[in-house]
Amino acid sequence: MPNLTSLNLMPVLPEIILAGMACLILLIDPFMPRHGRNVSYALSLLTLVVLFIVTLMQMSPTVRMSFGGMVVNDPMSDIMKLASYISLAAVLIMSRGYLRDRGMDKGEYYMLAMFGLLGMMILISANHLLLIYLGLELMSLSMYALTAFKRDDGRASEAAMKYFILGALASGLLLYGMSLLYGVTGGQLMLTDIASALSHDSSSLALKAAVVLIVVGAIFKLGVAPFHMWLPDVYEGAPTAVTLYLSTAPKLAALAMVIRLLVDGMGSAFADWQPVLIVAVVLSLAIGNIVAIAQTSFKRMLTYSTISHVGFVMLGILSGTDVGYSAALFYTLAYIVMTTGGFGMILLLAKQGYEAESLDDLRGLNDRSPTMAFVFLLLMFSMAGIPFTLGFWAKLAVLQAVVGIGMWWLAVYAVVMSVIGAFYYLRAVKFVYFGAPTDQSPVNPDWNVRGVLALSGLLVLVLGIFPGALVGLASRAFGGF
Amino acid sequence: MLPSSWPMLSLIVWLPIIAGIFVMWFGAGRARFARWFALASSVVVFLLSLALLPGFDTHTYAMQFVERVAWIPQFGIHYHLGVDGISLPLLILTTFTTVIVIVSAWEVIQEKAHQYLAAFLIMEGMMNGTFAALDAIVFYFFFEGMLIPMFVIIGIWGGPRRVYATIKFFLYTFLGSVFMLIALIYMYFKGGSFSILHMQQLPLTLTEQVLIFLAFFIAFAVKIPMWPVHTWLPDAHVEAPTGGSVILAAIMLKIGGYGFLRFSLPITPDASALLDSMIIAFSLIAIVYIGFVALVQSDMKKLVAYSSISHMGFVTLGMFVIFMIAANPLNVSGSGVRLALEGAMVQMISHGLISAAMFLSIGVLYDRLHSREISAYGGVVNTMPWFAAMVVVFAMANVGLPGTSGFVGEFMVILASFKANFWIALLAALTLIIGASYTLWMVKRVIFGDVQNEGVAKLKDVNKREAWMLGSLVVLIILVGIWPNPLLDLMHATIEHLAQQALTSKL
Repeated sequence: MPNLTSLNLMPVLPEIILAGMACLILLIDPFMPRHGRNVSYALSLLTLVVLFIVTLMQMSPTVRMSFGGMVVNDPMSDIMKLASYISLAAVLIMSRGYLRDRGMDKGEYYMLAMFGLLGMMILISANHLLLIYLGLELMSLSMYALTAFKRDDGRASEAAMKYFILGALASGLLLYGMSLLYGVTGGQLMLTDIASALSHDSSSLALKAAVVLIVVGAIFKLGVAPFHMWLPDVYEGAPTAVTLYLSTAPKLAALAMVIRLLVDGMGSAFADWQPVLIVAVVLSLAIGNIVAIAQTSFKRMLTYSTISHVGFVMLGILSGTDVGYSAALFYTLAYIVMTTGGFGMILLLAKQGYEAESLDDLRGLNDRSPTMAFVFLLLMFSMAGIPFTLGFWAKLAVLQAVVGIGMWWLAVYAVVMSVIGAFYYLRAVKFVYFGAPTDQSPVNPDWNVRGVLALSGLLVLVLGIFPGALVGLASRAFGGF
Repeated sequence: MLPSSWPMLSLIVWLPIIAGIFVMWFGAGRARFARWFALASSVVVFLLSLALLPGFDTHTYAMQFVERVAWIPQFGIHYHLGVDGISLPLLILTTFTTVIVIVSAWEVIQEKAHQYLAAFLIMEGMMNGTFAALDAIVFYFFFEGMLIPMFVIIGIWGGPRRVYATIKFFLYTFLGSVFMLIALIYMYFKGGSFSILHMQQLPLTLTEQVLIFLAFFIAFAVKIPMWPVHTWLPDAHVEAPTGGSVILAAIMLKIGGYGFLRFSLPITPDASALLDSMIIAFSLIAIVYIGFVALVQSDMKKLVAYSSISHMGFVTLGMFVIFMIAANPLNVSGSGVRLALEGAMVQMISHGLISAAMFLSIGVLYDRLHSREISAYGGVVNTMPWFAAMVVVFAMANVGLPGTSGFVGEFMVILASFKANFWIALLAALTLIIGASYTLWMVKRVIFGDVQNEGVAKLKDVNKREAWMLGSLVVLIILVGIWPNPLLDLMHATIEHLAQQALTSKL
């Protein structure tokens, strides 16, 4: 046990700052005037900016272990953290008007969002089973509470309850898997130790059970089928501002957890977890793309689209190569850009006292706001994976990874599913471009929402033509060039 | 003369796309500005593409005006452009057709004119990119990206069943092309490069070749379109606005044919030779059966759409009959192979001009009476003599009358087919009868005879804009018809090389 004076706290400086700021927000919020949470909002954004700068300054291409190896900072964690800050900032900026219009602009929102982020950061940097669990629970509890944030809404409460129960079940499975792994490896908790213990012996039945349980627990948060059941209800039931939060940065943290556990920890059990992931991918792509066709709610449709996207992310993971992992990261980053725009569109169309969640509400957007309609078109085609958008390169990256290990049949399956999925994206574009508006009023003039949406549209297009920078970033996360 | 250091192909590809985005952004509520700006940029791009001609060396099959920079090094993708004798004519056809399409939209499209023009400009850039691409992923990037503007064009400005037609069009072509993507990635891992030229030299086993060939086949057969995967085309054509139909028929179908020449024949020669009878059979069915289908159409646009499928049958026939010609012991000189391939190429260019002309003519009538039904017309010659004269030229070209461009390509393909098999040639030659029947019968019912109704009696002849638009096509169709040599010279060396690649086994 290292003594306290020799402890180097610098590697966890961002986490410390964040925890301090979250507590500060919690403390000063009750003393602020009743109307408007300007101070909490500003402090949250300021925190994110500071975190961004600190993490950027600490960035380095080496792997840095600290706290006796419990915390790991590597290029992957740096990039994921930076992306989480940006994503969370976008969410906060977009949600502002929505929350205010619905009387939900309370300090707890910012506080919970901050603690959720802290959980994600711990998860991203965890190299220890208990730390992973700690991060996961901190993140999840914040998310459960946020889902129920609209206290008097039955739908939101139901969603939160479902989320909590299923989430607790998944955590339980994960813990059980971890305890089996602990036994198999002879009492190892550190992922690096687990990896070296497994490299000698990796064929016992207990290990297989541990692998399955851990995979289940790990992919639950991503929403990979068959553990997707909670996703549509939670995303639809939660206030859209919260849905936006749930569907973006936590996916990165969940991806980090999957990579840490499966790749860093149980990399030598690859042959055991790859088939499990293949089944999960096959199911996710089918459910995400086929069931989405039957949806009349745009919000629910986007949820199923999420299931299909995380299926693609898993496609990168199951290839078991660095190229595949960086493809998965690249896909997740692209997914966050697209999904921020997608759920952002619902925020844009929502009005005071009215949630624009159905596909019909999109009708004739091109007549009401050509710019936003064009952004919408870009986002939808990007999700469908058509060139000139970011989504194409994301799909290409994972397909390349999968074909690279010789599983071209899985790639064929994936592209066929994405053609099926293209139908519902096209249908959404149809409503926007080919339908006459039922509502002639100008769309939400909130510049916060419009600005972020325009930015996401621009990113989708610019990175759709010059994806090199983002590809390079994702590749550097795994030691590429 | 432009300096040779300019990235000419990049300009031709990206200038229209940038201009299109500009028009979309700044053209809202300023339709006049949008029209002139779009016209100016399309003319500039057309002139740029013509400027390639003087510097183009017709004696070599090598790629020219090559540009190559790393695009996404992690994926092994290079931004690699270049043209040869196959792609250059198609590139110029694209830039020319876009000018015509923008002119054709002038007063016709009033609703969201800036978005309409922007969509065509962006599409022009993507089509140019498809023809100029030498990296497989760059090709796919443009090939697939093209669907977005077309989807919007049919969906916003199309006819009553436009939504059904445009989604069908999109999904059909999208499904076709994704398999090609997998095949391309597969070859990347096999050969270590996405360069098309590199893939052409990649040794592949027969099983690999057959699978890759089928992946390409699905992509390009849908695009061309070949019977039995043609069913999206009549729907898309009928519902599309005039400009959309013109681009679809004149350029997008050619991309399928171009794909066969660029990918299928050189990359998978043995599979092509193995499966050639399948494609020949499909082509003959298209030529004969679809010709009969065209005969019974009552909608002019649908008739021309079916006629397109039938004519594209000649393209695929010419491309795949070469293996039979080469295998025929009576034919030692090998000139039949070149004849067939050149015939297919000329047929593509010629059909680009003729189908554009036919759809524009139907557009001219539609703008006046708002009907595409043959029965709504009759005796148009009495009120629109100039228009009638030009339509008759187009009809004759569609039939394949000597002296028009339609004759050259079909004649070359039929002639080459004789060297393969008499019966194939005979069936193909039937088109001269069937094509004449459906085309001339339509012309008779629409153009000639007495004035049928009041609508026709009130028709005004073509205005100056329409006269220029159709007149330039008349000139080109006759020019290619009587003097095809410059066009043939352009592609000669490339076709020679292609024939050699296609007939050299990779096994």
